[in-house]
Amino acid sequence: MTLKLERTALLFPALFTVGILFLVPLGFMAYVSTLQRGPDGGVLWGQHTADAYLQFLFERDLEDNLVVNTDYIQIFLRSIGLAAITAACTLILAFPTALWMAFQPPSRRTLLLFLVTVPFWTNLLVRNYSWVLMLRSDGVVDWVLMGLHLRTQSLEILYTPLATGIGLVYSFLPYMILPIYVSMEKIDRRYVEAAFDLGANRLQAVRRIILPLAMPGITGGVILVFVPCLGSFVSPELLGGAKSMMIGSLIQQQFGQARNWPFGSALAFVLLGLILLALWLHAMRYRRGGEAAS
Amino acid sequence: MSEGQALWRFPATRFTAMAVFTFLYVPIIVLIVLSFSAGDSSLSRWEGFSTRWYGVVAGDADMLRALKNSLVVASVATVAGTVIAIMAGLATSKARFRGQGVAEASLAMPLIVPDIVAAIAILLFFVAIGIPLGLFSLMLAHTVFAIPIAYLPIRARLQGLDASLAEAAADLYAPPWATFRRIILPLIWPGIISGAMLAFIGSLGDVVVSYFVSGPGSTTLPVYVFSMVRMGVTPAVNAISTILIAVSVTLLTASYLIGRRFQ
Repeated sequence: MTLKLERTALLFPALFTVGILFLVPLGFMAYVSTLQRGPDGGVLWGQHTADAYLQFLFERDLEDNLVVNTDYIQIFLRSIGLAAITAACTLILAFPTALWMAFQPPSRRTLLLFLVTVPFWTNLLVRNYSWVLMLRSDGVVDWVLMGLHLRTQSLEILYTPLATGIGLVYSFLPYMILPIYVSMEKIDRRYVEAAFDLGANRLQAVRRIILPLAMPGITGGVILVFVPCLGSFVSPELLGGAKSMMIGSLIQQQFGQARNWPFGSALAFVLLGLILLALWLHAMRYRRGGEAAS
Repeated sequence: MSEGQALWRFPATRFTAMAVFTFLYVPIIVLIVLSFSAGDSSLSRWEGFSTRWYGVVAGDADMLRALKNSLVVASVATVAGTVIAIMAGLATSKARFRGQGVAEASLAMPLIVPDIVAAIAILLFFVAIGIPLGLFSLMLAHTVFAIPIAYLPIRARLQGLDASLAEAAADLYAPPWATFRRIILPLIWPGIISGAMLAFIGSLGDVVVSYFVSGPGSTTLPVYVFSMVRMGVTPAVNAISTILIAVSVTLLTASYLIGRRFQ
């Protein structure tokens, strides 16, 4: 009994803080999304409407009829697409890297791991800003390409979706390398040796032994990259142009110049829903995988 | 296994790994190098060595105030978050209990939900219950994120602890507090240090939550730099960015070396 009491007392501050300052606000945000927008920003308390969700799909024409508006859907689809492309690119880069790292001698592995962790913990804003320097016209990339006589004029990449993509891949690459590396490091080396003894070549050993055993790390990495990418704000704001807006900036706009809190809350709530769906699918897949293995 | 078939000899993996490490470090190195360039017309050209932009940063009163705000908020959030995380770690690292999964999932939520969603949810909540946006609201918001960041390394350390040590102390009539202070605390110290450092770095690096939750006069450094970059870049941004990189790298290296010493 005292143990239980002690445990509750120890756990209380953490659960209370996260509960009051995080979980309650999330619920409150869902509530705000059902409120009516105030005449000059803010909300009208107690007046409920589904306007915020209707605005997501429709707009009112001059005669007050609802007509379908795909602008916001397009922004969501663009964000989902960019997050998926980023996850794919980081996976392609991270898998061979993690494989190489995992089969290095142990002392070197610690150092390599540290080298991946440093960018992971370096200020996200600063890392994205460094790509402004690299990609701007007359920037470092242009300068190098022109210096090598590979191009005669600027690439003009900055403020395009490509620049956002580069920024996202750069920001989230360590999130993909780390979990894949962790799952590969755990693989019993004798499995690989056995594969070679049985005449497998290296490609077969990777495909038939390492890939299946590293699968938890791969799916974990995909989730770790996809989820924050979907809600990313810094990379699109610094590197993307006005024409390729993503969900994060759209949400921010509702709390800035648009002054439409219910709509902003509804957008954030839909984004949260998408992410929980992705996490749930991952959990289901993982569970099914677990059953299949047993 | 014959050397020729060793996996690390897989030429493609070696090549990709080298390319990836280059990709990870070149932009950071370029930024650091350019922060020492004398030029003010072109941001991306080397125009001779100079530390003049560090002088500009040191003389920018707004930037210094933002730096001070960042340090104050990060320190408070780190101390509060780490203490709370140690307590939570002590509770969850003993015998498993009912509801532990739910409790741990709730604690991890701030790391799972995207920044932007968390930021506006906290903003709306503060506005609704009348907490003014300023340093205090920033400290509250940053503490929420410091807890799960600090919790993970502390809990990992606690789980690696030999339970018989605490039992031995109890058998020798040590009160629970003495057991904690004399036995457990010294053993989990590396976990606490690395948890606190990561929480500090996380708070110092946060842009999105601070952007929404700070008020006029309580701007943090990353928010200040963010608005500077969006308004039009000056080479002073290179200098302040380099300082931020130096702080993170120093703390990380310290955490890494402490972790190694205690292993």
